[in-house]
Amino acid sequence: MRYTPHAQEEIASMLQTVGVDSLNDLFLDIPEELRLQRDLAIGPGMEELQLRRHLQALAARNTTTEQMPSFLGAGAYDHLVPAAVEQLLMRSEFYTAYTPYQAEISQGILQSIFEYQTYICRLTGMDVSNASMYDGASALGECCKICVLQKRRPRVLLPATLHPGYADTVRTYVTDETMELHTVPEKDGRMDLQALAQALDGQTACVVVQQPNFYGLLEDVAAIEKMVHEAGAQLVMCVHPTALALLRTPGEVGADYVVGDGQPLGCGLNYGGPYLGFMATTKRNMRQLPGRIVGQSVDGQGRRSFVLTLQAREQHIRREKANSNICSNQALNALAASMYLAFVGPKGLTEVAQRCYDLAHYAEQALAAQGIERLHGGPYFMEFAVAVPDAKVANQALLQAGMLGGYALTDGLLLAFTEKRTKEEIDRLADVLGGVCRG
Amino acid sequence: MVKEGYLYSEDHEWVRVEEGKAYIGITDYAQNELGDIVFVELPELEATVSAGDQVGVLESVKAVADVFCPVSGTVVEVNQGLEDEPELLNSEPFEQHIFVVELDGELPALMDAAAYEAFLAE
Amino acid sequence: MDKLLFEKDVPGSNAFTLGLSDVPAHDCAQEMDAALLRQTPLDLPELPEVEAVRHFTALSHRAYGVDDGMYPLGSCTMKYNPKINEWACRLPGFAQIHPDQPAQTVQGALSLMAEMESMLCEIGGMDAFTLQPAAGAQGEMTGMRIIKAYHDHRGDTGRTKVLVPDSAHGTNPATAHVIGFDVVEVKSDADGMVDLHDLAAKMDAQVAGLMLTNPNTLGLFEQNIMEIARIVHQGGGLLYYDGANLNAIMGMARPGDMGFDVVHYNLHKTFATPHGGGGPGSGPVGVKAFLEPFLPKPVLTKADGGYAWDWNRPLSIGKMHAFYGNFSVVVRAYTYLKALGATGVRQACQLAVLNANYLRVLLRDAYDIAYDRICKHEFVCSTTRAMEENGVGATDVCKRLLDYGYHPPTVHFPLIVHQALMIEPTETESKARLDAFVRAMKTIAQESLQTPEQVTTAPHDTVITRVDEVRAARNPVVAAQQTEA
Repeated sequence: MRYTPHAQEEIASMLQTVGVDSLNDLFLDIPEELRLQRDLAIGPGMEELQLRRHLQALAARNTTTEQMPSFLGAGAYDHLVPAAVEQLLMRSEFYTAYTPYQAEISQGILQSIFEYQTYICRLTGMDVSNASMYDGASALGECCKICVLQKRRPRVLLPATLHPGYADTVRTYVTDETMELHTVPEKDGRMDLQALAQALDGQTACVVVQQPNFYGLLEDVAAIEKMVHEAGAQLVMCVHPTALALLRTPGEVGADYVVGDGQPLGCGLNYGGPYLGFMATTKRNMRQLPGRIVGQSVDGQGRRSFVLTLQAREQHIRREKANSNICSNQALNALAASMYLAFVGPKGLTEVAQRCYDLAHYAEQALAAQGIERLHGGPYFMEFAVAVPDAKVANQALLQAGMLGGYALTDGLLLAFTEKRTKEEIDRLADVLGGVCRG
Repeated sequence: MVKEGYLYSEDHEWVRVEEGKAYIGITDYAQNELGDIVFVELPELEATVSAGDQVGVLESVKAVADVFCPVSGTVVEVNQGLEDEPELLNSEPFEQHIFVVELDGELPALMDAAAYEAFLAE
Repeated sequence: MDKLLFEKDVPGSNAFTLGLSDVPAHDCAQEMDAALLRQTPLDLPELPEVEAVRHFTALSHRAYGVDDGMYPLGSCTMKYNPKINEWACRLPGFAQIHPDQPAQTVQGALSLMAEMESMLCEIGGMDAFTLQPAAGAQGEMTGMRIIKAYHDHRGDTGRTKVLVPDSAHGTNPATAHVIGFDVVEVKSDADGMVDLHDLAAKMDAQVAGLMLTNPNTLGLFEQNIMEIARIVHQGGGLLYYDGANLNAIMGMARPGDMGFDVVHYNLHKTFATPHGGGGPGSGPVGVKAFLEPFLPKPVLTKADGGYAWDWNRPLSIGKMHAFYGNFSVVVRAYTYLKALGATGVRQACQLAVLNANYLRVLLRDAYDIAYDRICKHEFVCSTTRAMEENGVGATDVCKRLLDYGYHPPTVHFPLIVHQALMIEPTETESKARLDAFVRAMKTIAQESLQTPEQVTTAPHDTVITRVDEVRAARNPVVAAQQTEA
């Protein structure tokens, strides 16, 4: 296939206008020894019919969550994406647009981001949200850096109960001589508050808490908040957006920064990306936020208008003094999140959260009836870990039985239950796992 | 516009000394180059500063400029009014100091109005 | 202005529901400590489905994409986004798979990624690639972390500086800074190229590397690239290639052959994936073999059973993303490369360069061309002196272009050109489109001389006129007002 619209005669006439004899003559400024004298070894092009077959064959070699019920969560959740979201995202005025620097022809994109920011503020109970980040993990990485710079303290405390992919990403983002990472150990699947008390000191810039945490458990955020602020550090909450319909919001907790992944809000699984990093904070910290922010203003005739604002924080202006280098974000995923929230509405989001909660709690009983116990006690949202002798063996058995099992922990299996799961699927899960454990 | 009675730095700050204290702001030229100032990050109160230190930031819509301290000493006052009305730096640059430094020694070499005018003309 | 979603709230109007549940209902309030539960009701608007659909459709009418018209944004490569790419990434086999599924259940995805890595290696003349970075800027971060890790691993810890040309994109110095390097600017010479004397003078044992875009932001190929590479390598530094302008050379020359050690590409520029109104993009990073151990983890490996992720990477810089990056963007770019093949890639490059030169020559009479010689995929022009005397600057020309139905070029960049308009037409614009764009640009030049206020007060025909950006920044309103209880 080709997407170049030139007719041969047009190429000839354009070359004449430019004053060169051939297309190759346009590349004479590249030293001859650097000019590639052969075809790239990437194969010949394909026409649409052939290309479709090729891609369909590749896609067919993957087992989808439509083909097998999935109990995988751990940072990526198999929630329902309403058809209306999928259809509207195909409007190419949205997806083929650039970053809305030209406000006069980009009001639709700008308003959608403004609405996204508002949604994030209302979900989290915070004052200000940016226009999005790459994913939850990198948003958390950027956030820890902000705290270190803002507090002028080097220490970041990460709980052992944080998603390991997030912890690894923070480590990469914060690798710098001026910053140090410290892990707060876990106790029965939650942050060890005694260890937290010992680790907190005058050098601590921030403490991260994931709610619900990696194991799906709910941390004692009220106690943590008190300890963190007493030490003069900042509280960074990393949250699941759907859970916010039920759980105490970071705003109510008193968090300084909130990050998370908006993937559950209409983004689909997509083998890990693109997802949607979000970041929100209090009014006081507004200018600490990295990345783009849309603000409201008026045009020359006094009409309400939206525009990218506070840009002097960003890399294209601040260059080597910028605290973040982010440019592109995940605008289309932010739009998907707004659409999702518009279509499910407040009652729908609460219902989704409640259904996840109900299914997970049904599963706990169904598994217990098969002799499978939870790894930890205490309250959880839609995900919990169970003790199995060998997680890999358990997952293979589930796969054999036509199910995608859980996330393999060293001492168990982490299982997630979205609203898409059914009683029947959960009963089957319990049956198979029970069989595996009984040997 | 350059005003008599002030000293000037090459970073386009002005200095006015009263009773051992240096009042520091930005020149008309500086505000004009920046355009509409939308945000002022003030120096830290009670900070010890040396001449040449970067102590604050000015933001306009499409530009950002560091505020350098042209003298050495301790920051004893910051002009908090600028946080709510940064536009004052545009409308009356010579009336609005950004911060005040209690000097801990001699003033460094700075330009007088005539020298600064010549500097701008270069 | 259209109302916000939050101003269209009609309680009781949203009909979304999951339907009856087949498991018992639980009451969180009974089972959990109140301190864990939401205290205030969720204040989100309720709209019926049809009204929400109309809301977003109305927003789309106030957006402007490549599908609406020409988008000659310099350094952004706003080429046509083929529709088959959108079809491909939505195939359930790609869209509905979880990142932690066992490798045996995602062999199609893994083999696509592996083939993509090898195609990207071949295009750049590199030895290994990671697809993990989610955008160009994250690719830069990844690449510079790799350079830092390489020096550190060798015990060469004194390299604290990074060289960046004064014509560079803002992300280059910002990236070097966030990694903890000090940025040293290298001057451009009179021809718009890296000043070799200045480079040699600044290259020392404290320099970790040089970040370079080639062709540079003026659209000019750095002809001394071999000498530049020699100077940097001899001083013990590494060469970083910012792939923003890869479209200008793909299939014709390769950064790996020029001496670059690390590269990043922007799949959303060069490989035709859509910009999405600001993302998601994808910024894969390629390295020469000696840097392969430092790539982010995990890396794809092929064993007897097929492809798998290898997490045992002791020298890896770590992770940049919770999973493997923006996979569905990679699927789109893969589809694009498979559609084009070797010949198509080269042809795309050649015609991108032809289009840019064609515009450069035709705009020569009406605008000042900075460095008026054969350019690559883009060039920079400026408003003329006569236009400026009438108070017309580059921004005004851009705003007037909106009235004529075009997305304007990149404005006021690169910083080394006064009143810069950076024009990159890309290969997917036809001669007829380019001719029409030239007519619009020439009309604006004429207006600037005869009726300048028509230009300085533009745009006139858009849904809003220029926005008061000062007001937006001085009194930031960044979320809708809370509705009254």
